[in-house]
Amino acid sequence: MRLDVIFRATMKIMMPFILVFALYVQFHGDFGPGGGFQAGVIAAAMVILYAIIFGLDAAKRLAPPRLLEIMIPLGVLIFAGVGAINMMLGGNFLDYSVLAHDSVHGQEYGILLVEGGVLITVAGTMTAIFYLIAGRGR
Amino acid sequence: MIAAQLPALQIVIPLLGAVLTAMMRRGSWAWAVALAVSWTMPLIAGSLLMQVLSTGPISYALGGWNPPWGIEYRIDALNGFVLVLVSLIGAVIMPYARVSVEKEIAPKKQAWFYTMYLLCLCGLLGITITNDAFNAFVFLEVSSLSTYALIALGRDRRALLAAYQYLILGTIGATLYVIGVGLLYTMTGTLNLSDIAGRLDGVENIRPILAALAFLTVGISLKLALFPLHVWLPNAYAYAPSVATAFLAATATKVAVYLLLRYYFSVFGVTFVFETLPVSTILLTLSLAAMFGASIVAVFQDDVKRMLAYSSVAQIGYITLGIALANQTGLTGGIVHLFNHALMKGALFLVIGAVFFRIGSVKLDDLAGLGRRMPITMGAFVIAGLSIIGTPGTAGFISKWYLALGALEQGSWWLVLLLVASSFISIVYIGRVVEVTWFRPVGKMVAGAREPPTSMLIPSLILVAATIYFGFDTTMTAGVAEKAAEALLGANR
Repeated sequence: MRLDVIFRATMKIMMPFILVFALYVQFHGDFGPGGGFQAGVIAAAMVILYAIIFGLDAAKRLAPPRLLEIMIPLGVLIFAGVGAINMMLGGNFLDYSVLAHDSVHGQEYGILLVEGGVLITVAGTMTAIFYLIAGRGR
Repeated sequence: MIAAQLPALQIVIPLLGAVLTAMMRRGSWAWAVALAVSWTMPLIAGSLLMQVLSTGPISYALGGWNPPWGIEYRIDALNGFVLVLVSLIGAVIMPYARVSVEKEIAPKKQAWFYTMYLLCLCGLLGITITNDAFNAFVFLEVSSLSTYALIALGRDRRALLAAYQYLILGTIGATLYVIGVGLLYTMTGTLNLSDIAGRLDGVENIRPILAALAFLTVGISLKLALFPLHVWLPNAYAYAPSVATAFLAATATKVAVYLLLRYYFSVFGVTFVFETLPVSTILLTLSLAAMFGASIVAVFQDDVKRMLAYSSVAQIGYITLGIALANQTGLTGGIVHLFNHALMKGALFLVIGAVFFRIGSVKLDDLAGLGRRMPITMGAFVIAGLSIIGTPGTAGFISKWYLALGALEQGSWWLVLLLVASSFISIVYIGRVVEVTWFRPVGKMVAGAREPPTSMLIPSLILVAATIYFGFDTTMTAGVAEKAAEALLGANR
């Protein structure tokens, strides 16, 4: 597929749109279906598509395995960290209400941060799983 | 302020520790984090249990959402006791882990080992502390997935197969569990365990509830390795790294037993489970089958780790026997044995891990004369083994004593005879190891062996000392277990 100009050109044009769509799904999670998990899968799908068209090595330059190994725990760290900050501010674990001057804003910020953590972990994990499967037998 | 947050900290600290170790590359740093976390856990669990014993159950609303809407962490005498057990075992094993892990696991994977250990600890404590049926499932998966990875880290290639086998069976168990929870949720509209218990009485159509009980029983029994659902256990324990085996043998099945107790006594109620249904007879039959079947298989094992694994299946039979008796004394015996078995099996696996560290094999034939080269280590094995047999003066005797009394209270004197008979079988398999290691001439594998490093010896000896201590002073074990059994049976509906 490496020689197929149409695929390669389309992929390069599509990439920013796929990422924007991932972010749209991410932030739409506040109002309707969507959220960190779906957004993370879409972002990982972009890397996977890139790997299919340009090859695994090119994809590993785009999203290095070392970066993924940081992303996977980082998302969990954000999740647990937000919960821990809530505890320091006097609320219970994951009680976002204490994050802002009133509980409505607090809940919004809290869920935004936690969903961000989910996005990072899911995108990292999905890509890492793909690398492992694609890297077999090499 | 910190005191009010202790229930959450019990779970959050291992989780944060796991994240930290996942970002580290060096095994020794990851070990330091795991050690710090493991030593904090008993402090938290201990203070929670003290608080429960003096002022009654603690309820913690996760995220500030009050139960039954939000997830509730609830600690009473029973799960406070299990929390203390799990965190104590973790705290004793961690100092031992550094040398053993360095020897048994490739340098690149050592940090991952500690990540998986901390996630497993987090999951096990989470199952114990939560009062939410679905949250328990999530923690069950957290602990199970990390367990599969822990087992697969074993050096032997058969570890991969063992982990895969457990993966399949464990997933089936978890699926059955979540189907049971789904049925309960459909019938009651709630996931909070206390709330489910309150609403079950109002349910008119009983059939889905019966199905839920069946799914939950089989699902959890797979996790606790109740005979004949134990097939995953011997291989998993035999091929996992020594530290992982000791930790899992002492904690994982015990937490599953706790979950079963919680569903039987706190959710479905004694009357429903034990009087209208033949659960007691089924459990009793399976427990006896485990006590005899698994013990007899253990006698014919050539690999000491595998032998101890089969012995674990048999010992779980004693615990479920206590549940099947369902009276105050029998249940106390079951809960005490949960604690005592964790101590002695943890001790035995730590000792065997130390043997593997020195001579690189745990085949019975290779251990000939080991008692003369490693007298302290093998002496510890003998004492912990005596406790497995149930010799007076060891912790194992206390639990069997309560079980026998519980059986007599029910008028089943034949059960007492069977208890004694199954103990005789354990004399045979423990005796085989003692005979080979102490009474045979020193073999060539053993010739150059010496005592393991102090960091491995002391944790093993602490657990062995504990099995003797709790054979005499039973205020902490039997005392708390009695309270827990009282509370479980007191919720009689």
